[in-house]
Amino acid sequence: METKPESIEKIAPKAAQTLALNLGPQHPATHGTLRLKVELDGETIVRCEPEIGFLHTGFEKLGEYRNYNQFVVISDRMNYLSPLNNNIGFAVACEELFGVQVPPRGQYLRVIMAELSRLADHVISVGLQGMDLGAFSVMLWTFIEREKLYDIFEAVTGARLTTSWTRVGGVFRDAPPDFPAMVRNFLAKFPALLDECERMLSRNRIFMDRCIGVGALTKEEAISYGVTGPMLRACGVPYDIRKARPYLCYGQLDFEIPTRPEGDVYARYLVRLAEMRQSIRIITQALDKLPGGGENKENLPVSSLDHKVMLPPKDMVYNDMESLIHHFKLVMPGHGVIPPKGEVYSCTEAPNGELGFYIVSDGTGLPYRVRVRPPSFYNYATFPKQATGRMISDAVAALASLNVIAGELDR
Amino acid sequence: MSQNINQKTGEGGYITTKLQELINWGRRNSLWPLPFGTACCAIEMMATLSSRYDLARFGAEVIRFSPRQSDLMIVSGRVCLKMMPVLIEVYNQMPEPKWCISMGACASTGGVFDTYTMIQGVDQYIPVDVYIPGCPPRPESLIDALMLIQEKIKRGEKQTKLYDRTRHPLDFQPVALVSDAAAGLPQLTGSRQSLPEKDVETQKQNFPAGPLERAVTHVERTLTRGKNGT
Amino acid sequence: MALDLPSLLASLKEHFGDDLLAQTEFRGQHVLRIRSTANLPVLRYLRDEAQFEMLTDVTCVDSLRLPPGMQKEYPERFAVVYQLYSLTHNERLRVKAFVPEEPCEIDSVTPLWEAANWGEREVFDMFGVVFKGHPDLKRILMPDNYTGHPLRKDYPLKGRGERDRFQKYTEMPER
Repeated sequence: METKPESIEKIAPKAAQTLALNLGPQHPATHGTLRLKVELDGETIVRCEPEIGFLHTGFEKLGEYRNYNQFVVISDRMNYLSPLNNNIGFAVACEELFGVQVPPRGQYLRVIMAELSRLADHVISVGLQGMDLGAFSVMLWTFIEREKLYDIFEAVTGARLTTSWTRVGGVFRDAPPDFPAMVRNFLAKFPALLDECERMLSRNRIFMDRCIGVGALTKEEAISYGVTGPMLRACGVPYDIRKARPYLCYGQLDFEIPTRPEGDVYARYLVRLAEMRQSIRIITQALDKLPGGGENKENLPVSSLDHKVMLPPKDMVYNDMESLIHHFKLVMPGHGVIPPKGEVYSCTEAPNGELGFYIVSDGTGLPYRVRVRPPSFYNYATFPKQATGRMISDAVAALASLNVIAGELDR
Repeated sequence: MSQNINQKTGEGGYITTKLQELINWGRRNSLWPLPFGTACCAIEMMATLSSRYDLARFGAEVIRFSPRQSDLMIVSGRVCLKMMPVLIEVYNQMPEPKWCISMGACASTGGVFDTYTMIQGVDQYIPVDVYIPGCPPRPESLIDALMLIQEKIKRGEKQTKLYDRTRHPLDFQPVALVSDAAAGLPQLTGSRQSLPEKDVETQKQNFPAGPLERAVTHVERTLTRGKNGT
Repeated sequence: MALDLPSLLASLKEHFGDDLLAQTEFRGQHVLRIRSTANLPVLRYLRDEAQFEMLTDVTCVDSLRLPPGMQKEYPERFAVVYQLYSLTHNERLRVKAFVPEEPCEIDSVTPLWEAANWGEREVFDMFGVVFKGHPDLKRILMPDNYTGHPLRKDYPLKGRGERDRFQKYTEMPER
């Protein structure tokens, strides 16, 4: 718990000994725009206060002025390392609010893209963790893998980073015919990178000395702080939303939840590596089970056929009166995609933890309130606990392991 | 153009020109960028600095996070109210000659986000040499922008807009607050107007007119076409 | 272990009586509406007796511009929303406490969960709800000396002009 700042009389005798240092928002060790105000006694951190808000954009306010399909574009820019997870998270929340179902092909495609996006996020997290501790080459290797993933994302969604792929009720468009081949090609070579990272870092004396025991959180502390994701699983709690509350088609896929008991930086690194291997397993299963396969000869739909929510195909619009009316209503201002009145809180497992969307709808095309529950926000709140009493280099290692993404933290 | 400058200042001469060209060659082929990365564009900038689109080929290998040791600031990502004083301070700390690239739509004009905290374009407050559109721009665009800066240096220009250092307001400025009472009449000094919306309801109905109206006429035309028995 | 919701509601009713205003359900999600004065005891009961160990989110909804049909669900202007999750039962619950506009105060739940520390700071920053007993209630996302609470419904999207009030640099004429 953060204590009140001590009165000046109490810290004055220490003032001559402690150094107030500002790891400002523009700093190589801070991932994104984070600010740390630390008080140092030599190299040991006596007090640490993080300051956030240097990337606050007003997503939640903007959500009240954009309709449900427009907000997807904005949701990309939150966790910009894995934008597809944000898109899919918001789409799952919207579909729960609207009460529409995504057809199976769409669900499997979404799961494959979500897991690929998770791979992208974890791989860069491991890479940046290595880079912060001095192993610069690991970052370059992981960026090569990210470039290969960008090629796949671009083929399916049209963009490398800001994908905006999902719509309420489905996805923007079907995957290209060579999609399974591309993904299998990528997965054939990806485990080699994981092995290389393990060889480089896992039994590396320097990495182990800098990471083991650093930033340890107990199970009770982690639960009290509302920590979720790999951080919580590294503390020994096997909580994963994909297993606890399966959404899309995760219920039909077989995978494990890696956990470790220690709760320190090394444990988080190992959990992320293990999760990447589990993601590969999920993607392979989903590719095998993908209805319609790569080419989709039977023309299975990827989006809901409920035309109150998804645009009907153009030939139906030209020939069928009802489809014309649906098209008209979906496109005209003042109408659009209209949900029932009510509110829903829906969460998905983003790479950082539980990404939740709390949407309050007043029955119009624009949401009344969109609240994004950011996993990095609650994870980062544990940082003073992890850093106080340790040395500043431990703070850097702990910060790297949190995988705080400023876009999501500040929204 | 460099000849004009030499003529005006009266410093004609072959050797001075050649020396200046040599200096410019050195400067443009060893730019040390300062990545002022905030959001998604920062990830694309990191991708540009990585192995596939290698920015080090162009001399920009040494990425210095210290403004005192860099000469090219790449503002990549959205800049919000709390970050703007930091940006101005960092730009101030850079020694001259310095250039600035505004990467992405958010840094250039505010991008997708027209909200209460987003600065609608950093070029209102710091001089920008090259703008890169895109959300985020591809790494090739960033390389193109770097090459444009290199050509600019070759031509001998130091900055787009020289700013008056004797009375320059680029000192550290904290956020200037507006009280609710004064909100009726904002004193705007930036070049892009932003009116505080008084009526939230009209803002809600404020959909863009152009493309949707065209969609309406398209539907009307198809209706009539259907009636006439296409 | 599934949570026995009807018995939980019955025991809540007998403990807290009319502090529990209503209980609703939409799309399988349960919402409890309580009076703001009772938020600490109700949440303590939920954490200890009903094993809702995790507070996943603290947020707020401003009901100023709701349509009349939904307006009657909100007895006061602000609704502070707590999203609870039980690891043992794998159940979620939402608790809404209604806070009036004047005085805009409610007890802080930081004694129960550490997660509330930053969550409540954000609600204070965005909505102006003061949490009594919070160890360090100050702004978290906006600048420290900012006035105004952005997520309130009467605050404009484009702001009041702070974003344009930095001073422009003086251009020098071309030589």
